[in-house]
Amino acid sequence: MTERPTLAGGATLAITGSGGSGAVTAGLILLAAVGRAGYFGLLGRSAGPQIRGGESAAMLRFGPQPIECMGDRFDLLVGLDWENVARFADELPLDRNSLILTDAQAGPIPEILVRSGAQVRSLPWKALADAETEGRVNMVALGMVGAMLGLPLDALEAGVRATLGGKGGRILTPSLDCVRSGYAAAAAAPVPSTTLHPAVARWNISGNEAAGLGAVRGGVRFVAAYPITPASEVLEWLAPRLELLGGSLLQAEDELASINMIIGSSFGGVPSLTATSGPGLSLMVEGLGLAVASETPVVVVNVQRGGPSTGIPTKSEQSDLNIALYGLHGDAPHLVLAALGIRDCIDTVEWAVGLAEHLQTVAIVLSDQMLGQSRAIIDPPGDQAFGACTRPHMRRLIAGAADSDHRRYRPAPDGVSPMALPGVPGGMYTAEGLEHGAGGTPSSRAIDHAEQLGKRLHKLTGFDYGPSWAEIRGEGDHLLLTWGSSAGPVFEAAERLRDSGTPTRVIALRLLEPLQREALLEAIGSAGSILVVEQNQTAQCFAYLHSQQALPAHARSYARAGPLPLRPAEIMGALIECHEREET
Amino acid sequence: MDAASITPTLRAKDYKSEVAPVWCPGCGHFAVLSAVTKALAHLKLAKERVAMISGIGCSSRLPAYVDAFGFHGIHGRALPLASGLKAARPDLTVIVTGGDGDGFSIGGNHFLHACRRNMDLTYIVMDNEVYGMTKGQASPTTQPDWAKSKLTPHGTGMRPFLPTAIALAAGASFIARGFAGDPNGLTKLLVEAIEHPGFAFLQVLSPCQTFRPEQKEWKHLVHPVDMAPTADSVEAARSIQADDGMALGLFYARRLPVWQPQNQATATPADLEREFAL
Ligand SMILES: Cc1ncc(C[n+]2csc(CCOP(=O)(O)OP(=O)(O)O)c2C)c(N)n1
Repeated sequence: MTERPTLAGGATLAITGSGGSGAVTAGLILLAAVGRAGYFGLLGRSAGPQIRGGESAAMLRFGPQPIECMGDRFDLLVGLDWENVARFADELPLDRNSLILTDAQAGPIPEILVRSGAQVRSLPWKALADAETEGRVNMVALGMVGAMLGLPLDALEAGVRATLGGKGGRILTPSLDCVRSGYAAAAAAPVPSTTLHPAVARWNISGNEAAGLGAVRGGVRFVAAYPITPASEVLEWLAPRLELLGGSLLQAEDELASINMIIGSSFGGVPSLTATSGPGLSLMVEGLGLAVASETPVVVVNVQRGGPSTGIPTKSEQSDLNIALYGLHGDAPHLVLAALGIRDCIDTVEWAVGLAEHLQTVAIVLSDQMLGQSRAIIDPPGDQAFGACTRPHMRRLIAGAADSDHRRYRPAPDGVSPMALPGVPGGMYTAEGLEHGAGGTPSSRAIDHAEQLGKRLHKLTGFDYGPSWAEIRGEGDHLLLTWGSSAGPVFEAAERLRDSGTPTRVIALRLLEPLQREALLEAIGSAGSILVVEQNQTAQCFAYLHSQQALPAHARSYARAGPLPLRPAEIMGALIECHEREET
Repeated sequence: MDAASITPTLRAKDYKSEVAPVWCPGCGHFAVLSAVTKALAHLKLAKERVAMISGIGCSSRLPAYVDAFGFHGIHGRALPLASGLKAARPDLTVIVTGGDGDGFSIGGNHFLHACRRNMDLTYIVMDNEVYGMTKGQASPTTQPDWAKSKLTPHGTGMRPFLPTAIALAAGASFIARGFAGDPNGLTKLLVEAIEHPGFAFLQVLSPCQTFRPEQKEWKHLVHPVDMAPTADSVEAARSIQADDGMALGLFYARRLPVWQPQNQATATPADLEREFAL
């Protein structure tokens, strides 16, 4: 090992263990503790397909700056035991600078990990745990690792209390004892302890919770949904909290029901949302067409998993872009957005709710397993999505009782016509999925079709979305273009390229449809090498951008299927290769 | 003041919209429309507090013909659409209309769960044992030997779906059958269904003159349910099992817990945010 990883210098570690070993619990505590010490952190987790128990791995990265991806490799691998860990081996890149911490009593380290050349240190976790009443190896290991990283003991204890406090003293007390015991044993080799004091109190939040929070911040008060991995936590977070807000969540019999339920509730005037993953989104597309045609605002958060079909439910990919863009039948303009990180899930979902409400249309927000099921220490969001960058808070245009000649679908200059809510005298109309005239009566006349198609398209394409359509970072002739959760590793790749003397810019798209083509072309400018990075097999975004004539001909694609996360180093390599091809 | 109390008394025709029905001459659905408007007038419901929700099919066109709020949705999905509306707006009277294909075939699963969920909805299925709008295919309630459809030239060979029996098994709290040829009886049943707190299922025999002209005979075949309405599901099951499909009236009505959202806000999003603070 060249340099010992510390909080201040940044550290990456993985904790692995079989079912019941508490690897993920240890990871959650470490993340909370690091946050309390004033640092940023990211916790991803990986689990096999088993329902309960089974082996799992917690992957963590810490440092003094916000952390947006897991990096290329792990400094530390904390092996509580080795049962089945080989399944995760390709998710745990180690090298000869890595250090494997384990207890010799946990048995032999799997060959595949040994081959990485990582150094190994055996620590007496089991013996220390046995010395405590109800002692637990994971807690002893946690204390030791905390000490080695330079984490103050009180932050570690606070992390234990925050994570296990709800479980009562019978768990909490022995856990604290074990953590202290491990910490003391490690402190034999002294570690520098530091606590940062950030100006703002930070948050510890998962992407799925962040999406739920963005929804309620945007005004959502009704949710109907059907459980599906990895979207269920959005719903689990929302169900009790919507009740506190005076709203409700209804567990539907399937996704066909959930999308239609939220169309019904939104028709009633309540901002509404559903969350799902790929297979569920497939079932919803007919309903989404109804929402587009009837101009009923709804938001779908699609937490992507590996596809097609039921694919890899517990792991990440970005391969639902095509269905989000093209799944609806007919000419059905709608919004497609993608969150660029865990914190961004808050703002992007809140923005999507506002846009859907204001434009009376469908917004599909693409998140994915990596964002949804990871937790991070973040700076809290501003009071409103994207702070001052967005337009004034967007609300639905509601027709009042006084509006004479209210015609629900009357074309307006901006395409948005006021919507009468049930209960408004004189506002009666029938919302319609069939093509209709301005009043809502079904019509098969070409003139009505043209008028309504135009209304529904132009209200979206003519709207000024402001600067939040993308996040643009850095300067330089090299350009990395990306979308959604790939932004994290892309930002890091660009930063490292800049540090090594290759000025690199990033454009990360948050609003994919309607594509802000002019703004995008302007942002691309005369970039020399352009690489579009995404996590799917068939370069879905690259193909889309080309189809929209939004990319210069020399742009290249770097698309790779999941579920292994994109690593900054591979993106750097791909950009340099792309550049070299330009040169020759 | 409550909106309903300031509504001047309206007559049935005041609840009719200006949209002209697309139905064939002689279609049973005209009588259902008329019964709906009579029931609304009888109950003195303010037009703007009524929402008529439907799927797709001839029968599902009905909402546009009523001067109330309405939603003409997609095939088979009227019940979830209505359930979402009712959950969000418990103050509205929500009436769902559709056909036997819409409700029992493509929407069959929603029918089961709407019965179980027991939200305060009225569900009128206009049953003509045929798909009218797509021009005469067999529906779930079609007899197995009806061979007039090009899709099933030998008949369906399947036993028909039994709407009332299935509604009872699925937990519906109000089950009745009406007939388009008996407008007064139908109006009375509709009033009871709307007044019933919970999921009220009303099967209406509504003849299709175009594709099932033999249904003209129905007027000779219908007869009253041969027992008094009951709240006992075993007794109701007995009368439903003995039924020849032509019995008119109320089979079953029972007060069961009604699904209702909790609507009292005790927190704001800012309060929720505190849980994330370190
Ligand atoms: C998803 C979907 N599949 C098929 C159709 C075509 N379709 C329209 S109406 C209908 C059947 C209507 O029959 P029913 O519900 O019995 O009502 P009726 O027309 O007889 O009143 C069908 C199959 C559709 N609109 N949508």
